[in-house]
Amino acid sequence: MPQTTSSSSPFEDDAPEPDAPAAPAAQANTDALDSLLDEIDDTIQTNASQFVRSFVQKGGQ
Amino acid sequence: MRVVGIETEYGITDPGNPGANPILLSSRLVQACRVWSGNSATRWDYGGEDPLMDLRGMRRERRYATADLLTDSPEYSEANRGVTLRRRRGSWEDPAHVNAVLANGARFYVDHAHPEYSGPEVTSAHDAVVWDVAGDRISAAAAAQMRADGDDVALYKNNVDGKGASYGTHENYLVQRSVDFDDLARRLTPHLVSRQVVVGAGRVGLGQFGQQAGFQISQRADYIEAEVGLETTLRRPIVNTRDEPHADRRRWRRLHIIVGDANSMEVPTFLKVGTTSLVLSAVEAGDERLDVLELADPVAEVSAVSRDLALRYRMRLASGESATALEIQRALVTIARDYVSDEADARVIDRWERVIDALGRNPFEAARDVEWVAKLQLLGRMRERYAVLDADGTMILPDWDDDRLQAADLQWSELGTGLAARLSAAGAVERIVSDADIERAMTTPPSTTRAWLRGRMVSQRGDVVDAASWSTIVLDRDSEHGHLEVLTLPDPLVTSHHLVDTLLAEAGPAHTPTRD
Repeated sequence: MPQTTSSSSPFEDDAPEPDAPAAPAAQANTDALDSLLDEIDDTIQTNASQFVRSFVQKGGQ
Repeated sequence: MRVVGIETEYGITDPGNPGANPILLSSRLVQACRVWSGNSATRWDYGGEDPLMDLRGMRRERRYATADLLTDSPEYSEANRGVTLRRRRGSWEDPAHVNAVLANGARFYVDHAHPEYSGPEVTSAHDAVVWDVAGDRISAAAAAQMRADGDDVALYKNNVDGKGASYGTHENYLVQRSVDFDDLARRLTPHLVSRQVVVGAGRVGLGQFGQQAGFQISQRADYIEAEVGLETTLRRPIVNTRDEPHADRRRWRRLHIIVGDANSMEVPTFLKVGTTSLVLSAVEAGDERLDVLELADPVAEVSAVSRDLALRYRMRLASGESATALEIQRALVTIARDYVSDEADARVIDRWERVIDALGRNPFEAARDVEWVAKLQLLGRMRERYAVLDADGTMILPDWDDDRLQAADLQWSELGTGLAARLSAAGAVERIVSDADIERAMTTPPSTTRAWLRGRMVSQRGDVVDAASWSTIVLDRDSEHGHLEVLTLPDPLVTSHHLVDTLLAEAGPAHTPTRD
């Protein structure tokens, strides 16, 4: 899969562009996202691989 | 007012011991849930299952229980509403099939290798959300109890492990028996295929094993392989044919929908149940406007729609025309509007329409209401954060198979401390029910269905309740414990029963929860 290389489009190539100017609510959301990402940064940088590998479930319904 | 209920199979792990047996973990969790309930929870009455139902779709433990039931054939009196006698079942419980019928009318138990919360019967999309979120909090409380007892455990409200396994979040809708099943499946399918753009939970990984990198709209899409069928664990169908109404089968069928995602946000659960219920009203009325939406190849379209983040993909209709998922959803709103019967339905239509409009303008406008968009927004931000610059200064974003993105997708739905829960706590997603209502629903049944009888009997008359199921309450009042009385409640909307009311009155009014 080709890398998406534009910093303004962090999503898939066919993903919607956030083209509308950021509304105040959207800005508040962005702040919430950033502080959440700050909180989990350390753990996710160090433990992600092992966590993903060990998350194994049995099939259900 | 339609009777509905949601069942959730949670993912379960022991964080310190990835190889832990999930059946044992689930069994301990249910035991811990009983402790959390103050040991007020009661056992499940397998005799409440209808032995005449199609056996192929039954769970294994029910098959065993049916044999037991048949030897003690209950003798119904008063046309299925009276009390009947049967031999007491053994007190030994198989740890792999341990159950807890809770004070809120729900069933918490081990299903296959997962803990499952089957919420009580409710009669509105709003109440479906209240008792669904209450189930998450009960499960989290049981997990906390288990940790207090020295066993670590983590629970996830998702549907895939990325290694090939999928487990379900099922919706149940009471539908009139008079509706022809083929018409029901044909007319409901376009909604089940297209609604994912509104209610999908989002997933990192494409394919059943996540073998291809990417982000898609639905957790469950890649596991749907048939249009119609009885199976729920293999060749999963869009419309399931299990025929176990837990109600008067002459009047009702219970439509069992297994195509949906587990949702960690409230609005998607509200819309999932509310929109499907309204479309079913149109189906029951034989509304022929639904026919033009029929899809040429619905199974293939489930995953095609799930992969189209731009929401521009056009599905081929049986008529030869084509339509996007949003166009089908918009057509369905127009039809469903004619079946609004109360203020609660009107709120569903209003929210549904606003979400469709927002998605149509720019999907990110719907981030507070639509779970896959909220997840895509967070993970998109994460990709920017972890981007690297190549030699000529171009920013390279991590691809979707990056472990950090996959880990965040899993952690999104962790009960208690998951990313969705934290975004909600930060005010970044819409809430539609109050914490007070959820707190209350953890120990109080809905007052509009027979769960009102079941739940209060569990919490107030544990001294005489031996077991319960959706349609039965088993009483053990004989001082020698020689006979069980099976009280059958075939009408899901019954909220009063002379014997139950008498027994509850004997318990005294002090414990009676306030009715809505």
